[in-house]
Amino acid sequence: MSDMSEPLVRLDAVNLTLPSQAGDVEILREITMDVGAGERIAIVGPSGSGKSSLLMVVGGLERATSGTVEVLGENLSSSDEDQLARLRRGRIGVVFQSFHLIPTMTAIENIQIPLEISGHADPVGTARDMLEAVGLGDRARHYPAQLSGGEQQRVALARALAPGPELLLADEPTGNLDGSTGDQVTDLIFSLADRFGATLILVTHSDALAARCSRVVRLRDGRVIEAAIAA
Amino acid sequence: MRPTSSPSLGFAWQMALRELRGGLAGFRVFLACLILGVGGIAAVGSVTAAIERGLAAEGQTILGGDAALRFAYRFANAEERAWMEDAGRVAELVSMRSLLRKGDGDTEERALAEVKGVGAAYPLYGTVDLAGGGTLADALAPVDGVPGLVTERVLAERLALEPGDIVRVGGGTFIFRDVLVSEPDRASGGFAMGPRVLTSVDGLRDAGMLEAGVLFQAGYRLALPEDADLDTTEARFKETFPEAGARWRDRRNAAPGINRFVDRLGSFLTIVGIAALAVGGVGIGAAVRGYLTRKVPTIAALRTIGASAGTVFAIYLFQVAIIAALGIAVGVLASGALVAGLGPVFADSLPIPADFTLYWEPLAEAALFGALAALLFALWPLAWLRQVRPAELFRNAVDPHRAWPGWSVFALLVGLTIALVGAIIGLSSTPKLAAWCLGGIAGAFVMLRGLGWVCARLARHASHSAIAQKRPGLRLALGAIGAPAAGTPGVILALGLGLGVLAAIAQIDANMQRLLTNQLPEDAPAFFFVDIQTAQLDPLRSAIEETQGTERFETAPMLRGVLTHLNGIPAAEAEIDPAARWVLRGDRGVSYAQQPPRGSVITEGTWWDASYSGPPLVSFADEEGRELGLEIGSTVTVNILGRPITAEVASFRKVEWRGMGINFLMVLSPGALAGAPHTHIGTLYAAPEAEAPVMRALGRDMPNVTPVLVRDQIDTVSEALGKIGLATRWGALAVLLTGLAVLIGAAAAGEERRTAEAAILKVLGASRPAILASFALRAAMTGALAGAVALLWGSISAWAVMTYIFDTDFFLPIGSTIAIIAGGALLSLAAGLGFAIGPMRRKPAGVLRTAAG
Repeated sequence: MSDMSEPLVRLDAVNLTLPSQAGDVEILREITMDVGAGERIAIVGPSGSGKSSLLMVVGGLERATSGTVEVLGENLSSSDEDQLARLRRGRIGVVFQSFHLIPTMTAIENIQIPLEISGHADPVGTARDMLEAVGLGDRARHYPAQLSGGEQQRVALARALAPGPELLLADEPTGNLDGSTGDQVTDLIFSLADRFGATLILVTHSDALAARCSRVVRLRDGRVIEAAIAA
Repeated sequence: MRPTSSPSLGFAWQMALRELRGGLAGFRVFLACLILGVGGIAAVGSVTAAIERGLAAEGQTILGGDAALRFAYRFANAEERAWMEDAGRVAELVSMRSLLRKGDGDTEERALAEVKGVGAAYPLYGTVDLAGGGTLADALAPVDGVPGLVTERVLAERLALEPGDIVRVGGGTFIFRDVLVSEPDRASGGFAMGPRVLTSVDGLRDAGMLEAGVLFQAGYRLALPEDADLDTTEARFKETFPEAGARWRDRRNAAPGINRFVDRLGSFLTIVGIAALAVGGVGIGAAVRGYLTRKVPTIAALRTIGASAGTVFAIYLFQVAIIAALGIAVGVLASGALVAGLGPVFADSLPIPADFTLYWEPLAEAALFGALAALLFALWPLAWLRQVRPAELFRNAVDPHRAWPGWSVFALLVGLTIALVGAIIGLSSTPKLAAWCLGGIAGAFVMLRGLGWVCARLARHASHSAIAQKRPGLRLALGAIGAPAAGTPGVILALGLGLGVLAAIAQIDANMQRLLTNQLPEDAPAFFFVDIQTAQLDPLRSAIEETQGTERFETAPMLRGVLTHLNGIPAAEAEIDPAARWVLRGDRGVSYAQQPPRGSVITEGTWWDASYSGPPLVSFADEEGRELGLEIGSTVTVNILGRPITAEVASFRKVEWRGMGINFLMVLSPGALAGAPHTHIGTLYAAPEAEAPVMRALGRDMPNVTPVLVRDQIDTVSEALGKIGLATRWGALAVLLTGLAVLIGAAAAGEERRTAEAAILKVLGASRPAILASFALRAAMTGALAGAVALLWGSISAWAVMTYIFDTDFFLPIGSTIAIIAGGALLSLAAGLGFAIGPMRRKPAGVLRTAAG
């Protein structure tokens, strides 16, 4: 159980409305929740319930329409885009369902990028260690197109965790992978988050994956309908 | 139900139309490239046709008659004159170069002029316009015995002439009466070394400027009866006066020099247009690839429901054909309409007549080139549709960039290339030039494509190097340039070809200017003197020696003659190297001497003894003599002042024409010409401060001698070269514009990728300035690479032109070198940044959500 006195993430009455061709769509409604350091949170819910958007808001990738978003002690509502980028630099790692590796860079270079952006002392050595940690030490010089989906996701995970972030956000990290590969990636996510002491918030459709988390937040139509502590 | 046959072409056509209902969004670059290339070619063709039609329609006026006869340095004799008057109405005119002078002593002002003396019947056709509105006859009529004279405005302004001012030409006095606005037959003259002065033949004769031996051209214009056959009349003259040495021209080819020039420039610019089309082809290919990549889901669906590879191929071939037809139609019609519409506005300011209207032939030609080029460049990516398997489509594992089209399509591509090259060469009025230019473009294409590939590989390699470590912006830029799907070789090819044509033209121009302005004065004389009478040689030499700053004064007897026979065969029928055709085209300088001219090297044969007095011998310029097929012992017949002189070739001399010293194609043994009336030509090597005193002394004591200041002539030639350079630069700009369209197309095509990259980098903590800097860096680097590559092939082309065509040294102008690379970088940077703003503005969440599907 986390220390709830100093939450790592604090959302208070957060609303998110996005414009669409059919008019404004309310994506998130009055979301209030705290995430303590070291917690493992699963956000679940049907498609379109706002899970990924909630994760984007927490990562500072989407700006809440109203309400308060505090992450790692910073109020994201008053930060501009570059300040948000600086906040993420080395402190927040994000893993996507579609991997989002940079196609013009090799596996190791993809991992080096956040380390170099944050001014890490040894980006190459650390990136190599991370590749070893995800079991891809022999694929350092491969481009994303030369890797399988599971391998790409492992590189993405290594990239997210390489700077040693305090917060790891994972958006359906196994959604594009087959069952067995997905299980391997899930194991890696949990073990590496443990190893780096990162707080984990993940969005998933998988009950099995959610069951491995310390807390499950269930969304429907942009609202939190249930926040349960996993058994 | 089981189908019995594959879907028809009608189905493919219907599908193509349905697909195109979505709009032309994916074909903007395709259309831009085709419209620019085809439009450029159509414009050049239309302008050329307008000028050719104008020259043909105005032939009578431009020539000043139905036929023209020109005699070198003599008037027609009584028989010739009688023959002409029997044939029709005759107008006599003479032309020469001379100084127009105003004032006396130290206040005297002078300018070199092209003086034309005209008889009372001039002009036979057209009208002479004077600023004052009066008639030419009135303006030239003597007042108190002093003949009148009119000049072009530039000359009147240079000497501050007012009507009624007394001026001098040669040794004669004239009254300036009016400003000459236009003369109908101006375009039939050759290259003018100065502004026009128009006066009467009688005035010039009275001034002693038409004495035997003086360098003037006598010409006659004939107005023939309407039913006179030009060929028959010409043949009749040549039959009656086979040894006259006169040049015959008629209204059908009134301005052969201009015709030739327009033909060559038109051909060259058409080839430049083809280069633009070729550059555009890169954009066309890229656009088709991009379009097909976006259509993968549709293609997959069509294949799933039973459409064969051939049907799918037909659907997209029809779409490309429709778009190409649209682009070609817009290109040729807009261009044709523009030329026809705007041409008349500029027609009056052109020095030559042009009849601007819609000419269908050049438009059809441009359309043909466009269609062949569009098909050629679109077919390769389209052929991929025949190769790809449906399963690959669904796996999204397709790459139309690398697909081999198969041997049948490859053979078709080769056939199309041959058809395009054949059409270009076959339809060109200068096929040899077209073939050379096409060869050059093909060479440039291969070289640029290869260098583009090398650049991409190097960038990819550099992105993994130590220098890129810890510099994510640099590595990102290098990685993006080197990525297989980045299209870097295509951009370098397209931009490099445009910049390269500009670089080559700029360098040739700079080299020519340097040749004229820097190199020549070192070994060139300051003055040429023409029309020095034999009796004036010694006084002139003394006057020059007394003037401070003069160095060397050389003279030689000067006559002009037409080479009529080679080894007894009429020159027109002799088999010669085309390079020497110029030697036979007009009259050439002829001299005689006891000793070889200074600086000459005898390459074969021997020079005659100083006391030689036998049959005429000639020493011929080595290179030209060989090109004419002459050997030691051959005979040449030269018509000098109406008298044919046959001489035996005794020696060949190496002649350095560029030195601008006195030298002649033919130097005869002294006895052959000693009796002929002639003048002398002189060259003076002098310091600039000696120029004014020499001019003054000449003006005072020997007004008939015309000094030609070499520096002024270099300026005149520089100016003419500048104008030609300007025309070619406009052509090069068309290539560059097409290259830019391709560049913009590539930048636009990469926008999606840059948007995703920007979003990922933001997620990883990169700030917007850092991301923008990386995008700017890659764009500038791509442009600089294209500039460097352009410089390389442009310099090689310029070097080849200077070395093999102008036979001179080549230097690399640093200014334009830097400008080309910087220009490439800036253009690319502008396009790159223009398309980076969008990706920078997008919120990462929106981008990544969309990308995730």
